[in-house]
Amino acid sequence: MDLSLTDEQEFLREAARGTLSRFKVIEAARAALDDGLGELPDLWPAAREAGWPGLLISEARGGAGLGVFDAMLVAEETGRVLAPVPFLGLLPATALLDAAGYDGLEAIAAGEVRPVWIPTRPPGDLEMNWTVDGPGAARPAAPVIEGDGDSVRVTGRAAYVPDAPGADLLVVVGVDGTVAAVEADADGVTIEQVVRYDVTRAVAHVSLKDAPGRLLSVSSDAAADGWYVAQALIAAEAVGTVQTTLEMSVQYAKERFTFGRAIGSYQAIKHELTEVLRRLENARSLLFYAGWARDSGPDEWPLAASAARSAAGGALDFASRSNINVHGGIGATWEHDAPLYFRRAQLTRRLAGGHGDATDRVAERLLAA
Amino acid sequence: MDLNDSPEQAAYREQVRSWLEANKAAAPPVRSTRAGAEDSEYLAARRAWQGKLAEGGLAGTTWPAELGGQGKGPIEQVIVNQELARAQVPGILDVIGLGMLGPCLIAHGTDAQKQRHLGPMLHGDEVWCQLFSEPAAGSDLAAVQTRAVVQDDGSFALNGQKVWTTNAQFASFGLLLARTNPDVPKHKGMTMFIVDMSAPGVTVRGLRQISGEAEFNEVFFDDARVPAENVVGGVDNGWATALTVLMFERLTIGLGSQGFGYDAARFARAIGSDPVARKDKAVRKAIGEIGTDLLALRFASYRGLSALSQGQIPGPESGLAKVTTVNAAIAAGDLIADVLGPDALDEDESEWAYMISFLPGLKSAGGTEQILRNTIGERVLGLPPEPRLDKGIPFSELRTKETVA
Repeated sequence: MDLSLTDEQEFLREAARGTLSRFKVIEAARAALDDGLGELPDLWPAAREAGWPGLLISEARGGAGLGVFDAMLVAEETGRVLAPVPFLGLLPATALLDAAGYDGLEAIAAGEVRPVWIPTRPPGDLEMNWTVDGPGAARPAAPVIEGDGDSVRVTGRAAYVPDAPGADLLVVVGVDGTVAAVEADADGVTIEQVVRYDVTRAVAHVSLKDAPGRLLSVSSDAAADGWYVAQALIAAEAVGTVQTTLEMSVQYAKERFTFGRAIGSYQAIKHELTEVLRRLENARSLLFYAGWARDSGPDEWPLAASAARSAAGGALDFASRSNINVHGGIGATWEHDAPLYFRRAQLTRRLAGGHGDATDRVAERLLAA
Repeated sequence: MDLNDSPEQAAYREQVRSWLEANKAAAPPVRSTRAGAEDSEYLAARRAWQGKLAEGGLAGTTWPAELGGQGKGPIEQVIVNQELARAQVPGILDVIGLGMLGPCLIAHGTDAQKQRHLGPMLHGDEVWCQLFSEPAAGSDLAAVQTRAVVQDDGSFALNGQKVWTTNAQFASFGLLLARTNPDVPKHKGMTMFIVDMSAPGVTVRGLRQISGEAEFNEVFFDDARVPAENVVGGVDNGWATALTVLMFERLTIGLGSQGFGYDAARFARAIGSDPVARKDKAVRKAIGEIGTDLLALRFASYRGLSALSQGQIPGPESGLAKVTTVNAAIAAGDLIADVLGPDALDEDESEWAYMISFLPGLKSAGGTEQILRNTIGERVLGLPPEPRLDKGIPFSELRTKETVA
């Protein structure tokens, strides 16, 4: 039994932390909140330099050939500082393209071409089709992919696609579980960036009307894998964010005095923060489960990734609110960073199927067993 | 990330497994409830089985070899526990003795105490009980009021009451924390004793719980006498001795003997058999959340084992796993009973009635959820402690204050 990180994994994590520490993301995010337009630092060159676009691409095709657990270690670091690295769109897309043996992978691994994955939900117990996020609570059917041979036409629409703005290549899973790659500048493709409640995350509505694309030769199992890769990455990011908010809250609870005592000495505060820790540790344990299952327990991978998303999502939800509670009124103002984490939690909770879908998939797997 | 044994661990596991294969026919059945505590025939079988486990080297795994143990580490203890569960046989009867009280004697006892007691404890010939908690001293253990007063002949006279004493009804000995000096602050005037449970003045009474079963006892001391040579760890040094026991208690719980059978798949099966419930969104949300918590615990325990393999001892954060377990199981019991209806509460037919009755008490066992959260908040998160009104005040004055308040 050894769950400790390998030297390579420690190095990957430390290097990620080092890379991200060169940017003042939180400060920029606050500035962006203030004027509504402010630009966040462009982390893409640094991500390329660090080799992150190729994390999940095999070495023979120019990537690092690492596992999802390794990518999750990096995602945890981006989550810690809300770094706008487009992992949620990028990494599931590269996993699918690599599985398909796509012949532009070298450029993708090098970061010259940035793909984005359209979150497409594998069929569940209650919804028997592949679906995407729609406006409101709608879950429209996934795009239709039609055609003969490799050349296909793609028609459909997905709302709130993470990291779609500025992407070069769309990786789309169709309603029947087939997968196609569509150039972002192809005819019939519209990518409409939408108002960012969380300024550190770029999202867009993507619409495809008879857009030309290339069929990727992957099984529907591989198509579903993209979904679970995304769930695991969201979980890892959330764990990083929770870690940060917990540190902020604990620090403040030690420094802030009321009625002659540090507020952290009151059980009401102490127990709330212990609850954050409990949820954080549970979520972290499930990151290990997901990482292990992707490599060594494929039958458990959908369950593990869904459980990780569900637990980490719940932890982030709780932690981001508790961070505000502990800070009192100031935590609910723009004077403070707490709203940035709250906004992150609010939007993330609803992306890529939302926590609810992940929790339902845990139920589905357990009930079917 | 490797969930497998090291070669040495695998070899040890194989050794344990083949011993169990060869000997498990002699094992009594595993009982799903603790009803065995009131069944003397079953208890005799469990004692005999513990003796057999001891002969086979499957008891006292972490005790030093020169004291009859196996001289192994906590990870080997986990392997033994896992293999016992796999073979579907019960483990040792006296988990408290071998896991907590024996190790305390090994650390603080005199040579004569070790010689006299460790062998019969290991083999199940003499079962032990832990006489710590009292009606007014639970989470605040240092508030014990049981008095031990030294007599002219050097012996001590015991007066007071203990409670929540598992196994007291058939224990031969108990390890008892009593107050020897009430005129110093409360952590200072306590002493640990070995008490002969058959001594005059010791009365054991079963304490019936919600389930109707008496898994615990109250133990009363009316001028019971304890010889001076039964002091463990020095007079008035009882708190330090008690902390050793509590450390081993945490380790025993951290190594998770055989769990309570609170398993996501088992809970889901109870609901999945109902075709309406399994499509109900509220039911699915609830079982999804419960399942997520319990799945997290599985990997939390792997993380703990991984840390143990590297020589780290479980810290207070393992208490969080207990909080998660208990609350997830409570939610599962409620959910299952909602789905099955009052049938779930049929104590003869339903496998859930006992669990539902057992859990409210488990929430406080080994320290209430609130005290666990205090400890974790302070020791793990580093939050400041609550101001205390009992620091530096002689215990006798403290009692007066509490009475006035």
